[in-house]
Amino acid sequence: MTGFLLGSVVGLGALPPGAIKVGQFASLTGKEASFGVAAHKGIVLAVDELNSRGGVLGHPVEFLVEDIQSKDGASATAVKKLIARDKVVAVLGGNASSNSLEAAPICQAAHVPMIAISSTNPKVTEMGTYIFRACFIDPFQGAVLAKFAAGTLHAKRVALLTSVSAPYSVGLSRVFRERFVAAGGQIVAEQRYSEGDKDFRAQLTAIKALAPDAIAATGYYSEAALICRQARALGIDVPLFGGDGWEAPQLIELGGQAVEGTYYSTHYSAESPAPEVRAFIRKFQARYDNEIPDAVAALGYDAMMLLADAMRRAGTTEGPKVRDALATTRDFPGITGRTTIDARRNTSKPAVILKVKDGRMEFVEAVRPDPERLKAEE
Amino acid sequence: MIEAFNFPLSPFNFFSVSEFLQQLLNGVSLGAIYALIALGYTMVYGVLRFINFAHSDVFMVGAFIGYYMGKLVPEGTLWGGLGVLAVSMIGCAILGMTIERLAYRRLRSAPTLNVLITAIGVSLLLEYSGQVFFGAAPRNFPALFPVRNFAVGGLIVGSNQLIVIAVSVILMIVLQLIVYRTRIGTAMRAVSLNPKAAVLMGVNNDVVISFTFGLGSALAAAGGILYALNYPSIDPLMGVMPGLKAFVAAILGGIGNIPGAALGGLILGTVETFVSGSQWSTYKDAIAFAILIIILLFRPAGLLGRFTVEKV
Repeated sequence: MTGFLLGSVVGLGALPPGAIKVGQFASLTGKEASFGVAAHKGIVLAVDELNSRGGVLGHPVEFLVEDIQSKDGASATAVKKLIARDKVVAVLGGNASSNSLEAAPICQAAHVPMIAISSTNPKVTEMGTYIFRACFIDPFQGAVLAKFAAGTLHAKRVALLTSVSAPYSVGLSRVFRERFVAAGGQIVAEQRYSEGDKDFRAQLTAIKALAPDAIAATGYYSEAALICRQARALGIDVPLFGGDGWEAPQLIELGGQAVEGTYYSTHYSAESPAPEVRAFIRKFQARYDNEIPDAVAALGYDAMMLLADAMRRAGTTEGPKVRDALATTRDFPGITGRTTIDARRNTSKPAVILKVKDGRMEFVEAVRPDPERLKAEE
Repeated sequence: MIEAFNFPLSPFNFFSVSEFLQQLLNGVSLGAIYALIALGYTMVYGVLRFINFAHSDVFMVGAFIGYYMGKLVPEGTLWGGLGVLAVSMIGCAILGMTIERLAYRRLRSAPTLNVLITAIGVSLLLEYSGQVFFGAAPRNFPALFPVRNFAVGGLIVGSNQLIVIAVSVILMIVLQLIVYRTRIGTAMRAVSLNPKAAVLMGVNNDVVISFTFGLGSALAAAGGILYALNYPSIDPLMGVMPGLKAFVAAILGGIGNIPGAALGGLILGTVETFVSGSQWSTYKDAIAFAILIIILLFRPAGLLGRFTVEKV
């Protein structure tokens, strides 16, 4: 405790006057807007909470956001602006792995710590020593989905639908295939599409002819909703499931009746009885008109709190010191689980499987990371 | 990375009869929409010899008019659906004529390049105004027509697919009748053949060109609604890819030639669907465009196009 106090006193001297600026880059508009908007709401909630308790290191937090409009190429520009013009001390985001991959080299070069919110592709944190993430990674998520398909769904033959223009989807499909085959399953087909496609009938017709037990669509929600609709219209009645890219209210809005009975893996369940989750949901609903926060909102909140914790422990907002503090995060109590940052700047957290039922998300099962297996992978 | 792209199945093992027919049906219903949009490109080119790049955005506006009108009529009724279709077509016809009047008419004697750049400007204006007024997030398009799926043997026929094909065929027949059986159609063909001679023969070019834009835009609106019915997630940039494909279809069939545009649309839609359904789905656009290049190598004026000799 003394060390902590001393640290903060020493640190205060090094801190420039005024607010601590933190920037987020996110898709607030466009086809991945649900991720950006949810993460933004989570961060704003965290910032308000921090500021109402006197800020961080005695300074209020000033939060800035840049909209990347779900466009390739916009993340780099947004992060450059946040760092060069707004002089942010840390960057939060992105959501889609492709966005984080764009932004990471810029944060790394400027020695500004970046915490990716829901980018699960392992390559993101491999981009540099200043790049962290608040969520689990796809080798784990792929294993969770494979276990779910083989165990809970009793599927033996699965067809894969991969979005080849999303690194997230390509990576998740690859791990799913490896793990599902290792568990004795068979991948009967891997069909491909690109982000923004709207016609999946051709791929689904080819899949239907192979009569799989289930279909895994590893892309994002805009396409997943249309895939479910077209699959049901073609008379395909086997279960469909995907990863955390499905998590968005638009999945149900765009998918309607067709997404009923589909499953996806994600970072937390709003039905969890854990007291910290209940408290978070209460605060979120009070702030945002009774809206139930999804996993990305919880991750946004966690990312901001992780950063505040690291700044407190560093006693400063200087990039290299905050980076070192982030890298030594141990057992941080987050909404999406206890967070320990490992040597590769990743975290291992539990995943949950949710099912769409009557237009709401229903908890199916939780899968904890197996520490031995994760070690074996390193 | 490499192992993610291995091909466990031969690309040609999917041709069971029912699957072949299913893909053909999927392809024809996609191609019918491309054809409707392609008709607009081809008619404007036929009359004015320029590519109206804003056409694909009129298509988008058509879908959005359908979206807002769809909230006013009961969902899933035939008359409600046809009513929305008619209102959207009229709305876009007015939009098309307004664009022509405000943006293109002043440039009629200017070099084609100026008009082309203006068209790109109008296209961007519509796309980004759309983002301001409609929002950039994708929206769920209502089910305007009654939805039912029929199982014929192993084949699943969606009512929306049938509506797409039926509406497209009817509109193409109506268009053919307008162009070849009416006075205004005759005038259109006259302007297309030689605008100056048409003026000398008493044709009012402004009226004819305005009418052409209106007709083409109405078809784009119909295409937009049919596309949104089949792929019910609409956003202000939804016209970009279908517009590009329809443009290719128009060139494939022979630009300026109406049956050619329809043929080009059908070929493109079918090829795209069959490639998507194979293991080469990643290359679907590449293969569609490669076919365009090959056809143009052998028939530079397109499948049904004719060379016009430039008279000096």
